[in-house]
Amino acid sequence: MSDGAEILGVPRIPGPVRGPLSEETRQKCRTLIARYPEPRSALLPILYLIQAEHGFVSREGIREAAGMLDLTPAEVTAVATFYTMYKREPGGKWLISVCTQPPCALRGALNIKKALEDELGIGCGQTDAGNVCSIEEVECLCVCDGAPVVGINYENYEGLDADAVLEIVRTLKAGGTPPAPKRGAVPQPWVAAHEELSGLHGTRDAHVRSTT
Amino acid sequence: MSETKVLTARFGTGADRIDAFVASGGYQAWPKALTMNPADITEMMKTAGLRGRGGAGFPTGVKWGFINRNDAPTYLVCNADEGEPGTFKDRDLMEQDPHQLIEGMAIAAYAIGCTEMYVYIRGEFAYAARQVEQAVGEAYDRGFLGPNVQGSGYGLDMIVHRGAGAYICGEETALLESLEGRRGQPRLRPPFPAQQGLYQRPTVINNVETLACVPHIINNGSEWFRGIGTEKSPGTKIFSISGDVERPGNYEVPFGTPARELIEELAGGVTGGKKLKAWTPGGSSSTPIFGPDKLDTNMDWESVAAAGSLLGTGAIMVFADDACVIRAMARFTHFYAHESCGKCTPCREGTYWLTGMFDRLESGQGREEDLKIMFDVQANIGGRSFCALGDFATAPVISAVKTFEAEAREHIKKKGCPFER
Repeated sequence: MSDGAEILGVPRIPGPVRGPLSEETRQKCRTLIARYPEPRSALLPILYLIQAEHGFVSREGIREAAGMLDLTPAEVTAVATFYTMYKREPGGKWLISVCTQPPCALRGALNIKKALEDELGIGCGQTDAGNVCSIEEVECLCVCDGAPVVGINYENYEGLDADAVLEIVRTLKAGGTPPAPKRGAVPQPWVAAHEELSGLHGTRDAHVRSTT
Repeated sequence: MSETKVLTARFGTGADRIDAFVASGGYQAWPKALTMNPADITEMMKTAGLRGRGGAGFPTGVKWGFINRNDAPTYLVCNADEGEPGTFKDRDLMEQDPHQLIEGMAIAAYAIGCTEMYVYIRGEFAYAARQVEQAVGEAYDRGFLGPNVQGSGYGLDMIVHRGAGAYICGEETALLESLEGRRGQPRLRPPFPAQQGLYQRPTVINNVETLACVPHIINNGSEWFRGIGTEKSPGTKIFSISGDVERPGNYEVPFGTPARELIEELAGGVTGGKKLKAWTPGGSSSTPIFGPDKLDTNMDWESVAAAGSLLGTGAIMVFADDACVIRAMARFTHFYAHESCGKCTPCREGTYWLTGMFDRLESGQGREEDLKIMFDVQANIGGRSFCALGDFATAPVISAVKTFEAEAREHIKKKGCPFER
């Protein structure tokens, strides 16, 4: 598959090569495209679906999204690189997000961040050796009443100290599932979490286009 | 003192599900509104004095009044992209009472002739978005949404759309760009969204808390609403209190309640009986942050402005006397540098250089001239960017350095942070 990068000598989009999207994912994309008055509105949801199947926003996914929406791969890439929740490389099964804004920092967030880095032997923005956990430092998650806040696949754990967070991480490393947070649900595995983020199941599509 | 619970009255009662919501008086305002003249609903919001809770305080009825409801299609978009550090009211409203939001949105949509409304929810709010989606499904099942709402002949659909991690999308034109599948960068105005918004159509964008007020005004009347709060800031406000307080949380009180009562009584005062050093009246965009001398400020738009700062989203972050203000400002600066959308050079570059200066200061390598250069950077961002992010990225932190200049100089003199915490 040549995209001219070799000839032009320009850098490739990082990340390993993935195959084409499954027909199932493509069908889901079409459902999303039909939902909106203008197809391009489905781009952010579609990028979540690509991330669900490929683990990150792959260049193959970008090409397919561009094809479905009659955009160029550059236009799709521009969007994919703008938003923090789209990842450019595969990560772990569990994405652990540590907020370090002042309300969390005042209540021990920096200790949690350091403990996680030490325990997993990686820095923020990286994935551990077994591809189980990725850690990231994030901006305010707006759960400041529960500070310090740690997200696992976007479910929030509130008021935990570093030891309690490490206990969860060790459970994850051992192949277990995380405990239920105070609010929200037990974090879903990567694929289910990202399919939910796409909003695929949250809107009554049968109604939407029939009434307008 | 106690809270005045209007928007938060159903919190913790299980009213996130439709049966409990209806049993507690929910979905009475929406069918009632459907029997009203849409223009009268807009007029009611004007006489109630409802103002936008997203930070700017713009009169809601006036915003709706800009729309020609016969110029179909028109759109209503709820801004649920809450991201201001220290703010967590919209998340709570969606998690605990999603039907209240749907009902408010439905009434607003009807008032502006919209048949397809959107809620743009911050991507990281997995639970809040799930709660809203479930409530939307319930509302369809009971005929509060759908092709023929309550047999009225009015059709209304609702689409739940998630963001993907970009604070700037809380800016309304950036939100529209994002909803259209683009990078979330603000648009040039004019044209304003009321003329050309979503898909170039007339559009109203309202904050979650603002829309949550609407059913209560329909049910109880604009005079009732005016009777709460102050003359120019009517109604209640949810204040998100966080940081060094005994009981962080959302507290709903009438506008104009003194900050002292919120911090010392409702939130239980500063943690461990420590002394208060600083607090923000309106999140990280507060300019400037306040010291203890401003505790008796009444929390409404006019009083906070008169005291020299901004009410913003009503996020009160409290810092005890052993917290380092410079470190906090360094964190804010990192936030804005990360969230600058990159469109305008002054904001994109200025926030980057500011993080360098604050990190130097905090790590003990600060230089006397940095304190001067900071003001220079601020002067070169302020008013020179498309949207307010650039102003908010600099004015608050720089004003904090001015207020706590002695603390900043101590960092330079001691070659490090003087605080152990």
